Amino acid sequence: MGRFWSLVFLLVPVLGVACFAFAPMYKIWLPKDISQHGPVIDHLFYFILWLTGVVFVITEVALFWFMWRYDSHGRSNPVKFTHGSHTLEIVWTIVPAAVLLFIAIYQMNAWAESKMRNPAAGPDGILGTADDIPALLEVTARQFEWRLRYPVPEEIRKQALGKDSQWDSTKDPIKDLFVVNELHLPVNEEIILDLKSADVLHSFFLPNARVKQDAVPGMKIPVWFRATDTGSYDLVCAELCGWGHYKMKGRLTVESREDFNKWLEERFREQMATQDTASTAKGE
Amino acid sequence: MSSITVGSHAHDDAHAAHGHAGSFLSTYVFSKDHKVIGIQFLFSTLIWFFIGGLLALGIRWQVAWPWADMPVIGKMLFSGEGGQISPEFYTVLFTMHATVMIFFVIIPILAGAFGNFLIPLMIGAEDMAFPTLNMLSYWFMWPAFIAMTASFFVEGGAAKAGWTSYPPLSLTDLNGQTLWLIGLTFVGVSSMMGSVNYLTTIIQMRAPGMTMFRLPMTIWAMFITAILQAFALPVLTAAGFMQLMDRTLGTGFFIPDGWAANNAPLASGGGQPLLWQHLFWFYSHPAVYIMILPAMGMVSDIIACFSRKPLFGYKPMVYSIAGIAGLGFIVWGHHMFMSGMNPALGMTFMVSTMMIALPSAIKTFNWLGTVWGGNIRFTTPMLFALSFVSMFIIGGLSGIFMAATPVDIFIHDTYFIVAHFHYVLFAGTAMGVFGAIYFWFPKMFGRMMNDSWGKVHFLLTFLLLNGTFFTMHILGVVGFPRRLADPYHYQTFHHLQPLNAFMTICAIGMVGAQFIFVANFIFSIFMGPRAGRNPWHCNGLEWQAPSPPGHGNFDVQPVVYRGPYEYGSPEVTTDYYPQTQPPAEGGDKPPTPPAH
Repeated sequence: MGRFWSLVFLLVPVLGVACFAFAPMYKIWLPKDISQHGPVIDHLFYFILWLTGVVFVITEVALFWFMWRYDSHGRSNPVKFTHGSHTLEIVWTIVPAAVLLFIAIYQMNAWAESKMRNPAAGPDGILGTADDIPALLEVTARQFEWRLRYPVPEEIRKQALGKDSQWDSTKDPIKDLFVVNELHLPVNEEIILDLKSADVLHSFFLPNARVKQDAVPGMKIPVWFRATDTGSYDLVCAELCGWGHYKMKGRLTVESREDFNKWLEERFREQMATQDTASTAKGE
Repeated sequence: MSSITVGSHAHDDAHAAHGHAGSFLSTYVFSKDHKVIGIQFLFSTLIWFFIGGLLALGIRWQVAWPWADMPVIGKMLFSGEGGQISPEFYTVLFTMHATVMIFFVIIPILAGAFGNFLIPLMIGAEDMAFPTLNMLSYWFMWPAFIAMTASFFVEGGAAKAGWTSYPPLSLTDLNGQTLWLIGLTFVGVSSMMGSVNYLTTIIQMRAPGMTMFRLPMTIWAMFITAILQAFALPVLTAAGFMQLMDRTLGTGFFIPDGWAANNAPLASGGGQPLLWQHLFWFYSHPAVYIMILPAMGMVSDIIACFSRKPLFGYKPMVYSIAGIAGLGFIVWGHHMFMSGMNPALGMTFMVSTMMIALPSAIKTFNWLGTVWGGNIRFTTPMLFALSFVSMFIIGGLSGIFMAATPVDIFIHDTYFIVAHFHYVLFAGTAMGVFGAIYFWFPKMFGRMMNDSWGKVHFLLTFLLLNGTFFTMHILGVVGFPRRLADPYHYQTFHHLQPLNAFMTICAIGMVGAQFIFVANFIFSIFMGPRAGRNPWHCNGLEWQAPSPPGHGNFDVQPVVYRGPYEYGSPEVTTDYYPQTQPPAEGGDKPPTPPAH
């Protein structure tokens, strides 16, 4: 029976490797990457996948082989009476330690690029100075939707409202576009957004852009990335936020700068039109 | 109590107070005997294991076929929703599945059941240092059992903020969450009483000759686990009280300024939701090791016994456990890489997390070294122990993906994580526990479990668990998030339903296969063939006691001459060399020093 059980254990590396080999063929794999930093993350993923894959196969096959080879059935050899090997212990301490340390150092830059070197700080790299770059939009997560607030540049506001060149922008107090769940972003530009939460924890997850960041009430957390491909993608809430967590779905649309500006203008016009009707209806 | 023989007289006198007259209540219910308490823990946790498994099937049902009517059971449970799981109940399912499995099954079955049963027997003591405290540690579980059960029936249902209970969501729940916190506190007190007892017993009550470096790995693991419990638990208990006060007394430890739930301010604010995460994981990350180290210890003993060969690298194994425990205190932040915690702090946690993979690797290599060159007996406990090693390799390696912070950006809160911890906790610990049950069952009940049915149980569980959990890695690679009641309306995930259906079918089969175990277990208690003292030909002290051991454990005071792993020693003709067997040459030789 030892042979049979060894083969059962051999199934683990065989089927395990098969599972990872066949999944991409059925398109059950990493979703299409549309971000500039994504390839670095995907590269790290593949690097660790290969590394752990090799260790996985070697150790599982070794276990299989020892089970096959040292089955007590039909053997009466004395066992290898040993309490261990100092040399082996040193080898299998130092080698994994070196590999793990290498992975730790190898990935630091990718992490720093994604989470620490905030481009909003501007050329001087310090937040809170004059050359800071303002955020493109503010995302406020709440149960169970994404509230997005885009500051609308004066030029676009002017066009949307049909004002002439003598227009005094300070007399139109609403300068922002408010939309829900419809995240539009310009392609090939550094996107900086401020992430907030109005109630509980949420997590802003763009699978295709390899972006994830929790939204925490009481905190404003900066998120940045650069989308390199146009199209329409999912915005997912990845942190449990209540019974409706599963339906907290947004839609990311990446488009050219012109299309983005056009969208901003159209949506701002619609917003101001409904705003006006609302004000008139209230008799203000 | 008929099995008490000479040598335990002094003991009888000392313990005359608790029921040698054979009062049923003091012998089997409010018993202070560590073996009875251990078996009480075992039965309670196995029943909760079953409940937790059913909750898991509810989750799997919903993820495979969202909003589909459950056959038969659905009509009974959710008649209000027409037989389907509601999104609220789905959140209850995964919250309570994790809560039950972690706090009512894994932690108490390892420390409570096996810790209690094995520690005095394996170190050669007649009982725990504090028998009354020991009894209380079991009975303090009952308020927790009752609170958690009751929480299903209060307004709003049981806790549904996840087993991590992150505020502010956990502050907006109804009463179920308060009962959850109360239950958790009782579990904590119970564990604390247990760990104080284990530490004292192991330090003070070892048999003559049982030096620290002659302890079996099981005892080393229990010892270090008890240290982890003793130092980490107070933090969780304190945090639980803080959340309880936020919920009931209007404090604001975890509530930021200007925060309101349901349009009404809950508290003055000034707190921080991340504070809870830090406090919670400061306990709950060491708790991950509390949930695996004892299984590692037991598996080491089983593998050495059935390889008929000394454990490879005994001291490195001990140092690895200590290393895991030490590093285990400084890696909690890896649960919070995406939480909004300072990313620079995340980087330091990343380095410590990478390093904690090292002792795990050392242990794996030493298990392989133990099997190498042995004379392997493929018994049921051995198969479960070997599967622990095989599965722990997967669970350990997948951890490296998460430790790599940039990769974690993508896989955080996806099924990759779910796969990882199920490989460690189910495929690892639970399989180790099954092995331990088959291994020590003869000592607990004096009878053998059926080996053939045990192997059928093993084969089905082993294959089906991989069908259920290995595929979760693939889901995680797609980015499939945890805790979604219906993920398929996202275009990224809508093609994953057939894979999930396959996993659910495997999971149902796996739960079904456990009935083989239950039948074997119950049948063997009454009808199994009688086991002698040492049915597996093991070296440990527990195998020198009668099966089952009477009150006071040993007929004669055991004296220890060597370590527990002298299998296949050339000094003797048998292939095992019990720790208590005096060296040859008529005993004029002094006790041999530990042979490592």
